[in-house]
Amino acid sequence: MSQSVAVNSNLDFVVRDHHAPNGTLLGFWLYLMSDCLVFAALFATYGVLSQSYAGGPTGAELFDLPLVALNTAFLLFSSITYGFAMLQMQQGKKHGTMIWLGITGLFGAAFLAVELYEFYHLIHIGAGPQRSAFLSSFFALVGTHGLHVMIGLIWLVTLLFQLSKHGLIQENRRRLFCLSMFWHFLDVIWIGVFTFVYLMGSMT
Amino acid sequence: MSDLHTQDNHAEHHHHEEAPHASFSGYMIGFLASVFLTAIPFWLVMGGVFESKATTSLIILAFAAVQIVVHMVYFLHMNFHSEGGWNMLSLLFTAVLLFITLFGSLWVMYNMNVNMMPGMMQ
Repeated sequence: MSQSVAVNSNLDFVVRDHHAPNGTLLGFWLYLMSDCLVFAALFATYGVLSQSYAGGPTGAELFDLPLVALNTAFLLFSSITYGFAMLQMQQGKKHGTMIWLGITGLFGAAFLAVELYEFYHLIHIGAGPQRSAFLSSFFALVGTHGLHVMIGLIWLVTLLFQLSKHGLIQENRRRLFCLSMFWHFLDVIWIGVFTFVYLMGSMT
Repeated sequence: MSDLHTQDNHAEHHHHEEAPHASFSGYMIGFLASVFLTAIPFWLVMGGVFESKATTSLIILAFAAVQIVVHMVYFLHMNFHSEGGWNMLSLLFTAVLLFITLFGSLWVMYNMNVNMMPGMMQ
């Protein structure tokens, strides 16, 4: 009798604490939260220096809002297509997952291409990061976000290869879910960037 | 003993299902809301709808805050019970630090500029 009680309480523990054997998702979430603090520091830096033009160009003169709107649309579309990839994964459809993941990657690449064009254009007209404190903090913030998107893209391509080789095994589902959190997190950061940097910087 | 086995399977099953279950309608609601919440701030700024810069800033910041919540709920599937509440707890903790970092920096530096370089603040 006492033995059965002991076993039962033990099972209770197992059933209730079923996340303990694999804390990857929570661990990855904690990484994202610490990454969020990196961005908080960059946003604060930009906020403090955003009026320090050093006699150089201002945001209102430099920012091309239609281009930023296009970029925002790319990132937003990539979020919903990643969502579709997750839905396909839930239904166990490997091909559908890979197709939607590929489309997500294309949107991400388009975003990066537009951002690199914007950076190239700014540096070309003499508004590079060394021009003023405003531009230094702008490049640091937007560049760090772009770097994250690039890492997400590399991860995405890696996952495509792993999916084609191993299929929707448990490990790949876990990786897909982690990248999903990473990708949507970058979209959340971008909301802050286009609002705080581009839209507010464009107003004179 | 057989009872133990079923329970074990149950635990195993739960373990495999630890990722939140997403739905098509959830993603679509989140997406449409995001489009709406993105388009309006861009329209407000590009169209120059309001005369006052402060009004426009406050409104677009409010839209951004709402959109971040929409993304958290519909895309990141945040709720109060995933991972035993640790997701939400760490998020709230991060939000507090974020608030202190952002507003603390802006507040301190603004006051420093006002007090040390009064001429530059017009």
